[in-house]
Amino acid sequence: MEWLVLMIVIVMLLSAVAVLLMKNFIAALAALSVVSLGMSVLFVILRAPDVAMTEAAIGAGLSSLMFALALRRLGLWKD
Amino acid sequence: MRRITSALFLVGLAVLVAAVYQQMNLLVTPLAGDAINASAGQQVGAGNIVTAVVLAFRGFDTLLELTILFTAATVGGLVLGKPRADAPRDPDAGFILQAGADLFFPLLLVVGLYIILHGHLTPGGGFQGGVVLAAAFFIPVLARPGTTLDHHAVSLIEGLAGAAFILIGLLAMLGGEVFLTPLLDKGELGALFSAGTLPLLYLAVGLKVGAELAGLLAQLAATEATD
Repeated sequence: MEWLVLMIVIVMLLSAVAVLLMKNFIAALAALSVVSLGMSVLFVILRAPDVAMTEAAIGAGLSSLMFALALRRLGLWKD
Repeated sequence: MRRITSALFLVGLAVLVAAVYQQMNLLVTPLAGDAINASAGQQVGAGNIVTAVVLAFRGFDTLLELTILFTAATVGGLVLGKPRADAPRDPDAGFILQAGADLFFPLLLVVGLYIILHGHLTPGGGFQGGVVLAAAFFIPVLARPGTTLDHHAVSLIEGLAGAAFILIGLLAMLGGEVFLTPLLDKGELGALFSAGTLPLLYLAVGLKVGAELAGLLAQLAATEATD
């Protein structure tokens, strides 16, 4: 089990750093939702499925959607 | 850069699948939560301890949480405002997004309603299912920018759901109980119609959250895109 948690944490950290370094806003947004996805898997492993569902629905889904709409509003939604 | 993101996403997906697979063999370890889970069923009739806490033991907190969400959505709507009449319309989405939206709408509707209606039995509930419902109603708007949500219907659903939550709480006071005390028969643990008023409360929460977020997202999408 430890290797799995370790892998998830490493993926989360890498994508969190990638969010900061990426020049492309769409790519940064995708990396940001990977952080939330890893977080929700961690919650499942910690046996908190309710929190995992909330994290997946709001963290990975809804907030990325909001960020995407905000980027479009600011004219940054391009390759 | 795009390749790196795709690789990251694939790794995340692989880890997710591995985690789900791993979890199947790991459900035997006893934890403290099982003891609490066992006692919640007798007290409230809910198989899910989180629902028992959120709606039965701490129902008033949930009402205030809904108030916070309502205030945030209202203020967001106020700040966003309406687009100018001569503002350029977004181009229609491509075939893939439109077909995907048509496929996803019924799927998300069923998943969201399932999560809401089984909130007292399985993980999830009004808040999670409400977000899924909001996504279900927002995706068609995203695929066809010309169509908009009926804001009157959305605010009607939102208001009725919020009123229903408070009304169920007040009904308990009529019987001399405390505000939001679970009413009705507890029923058989694990049945769909059990746990008294908890499913009704969660249905109200789900509809309110879904309507609120769908309205907010539609309003956010309708704001002018600067180019």
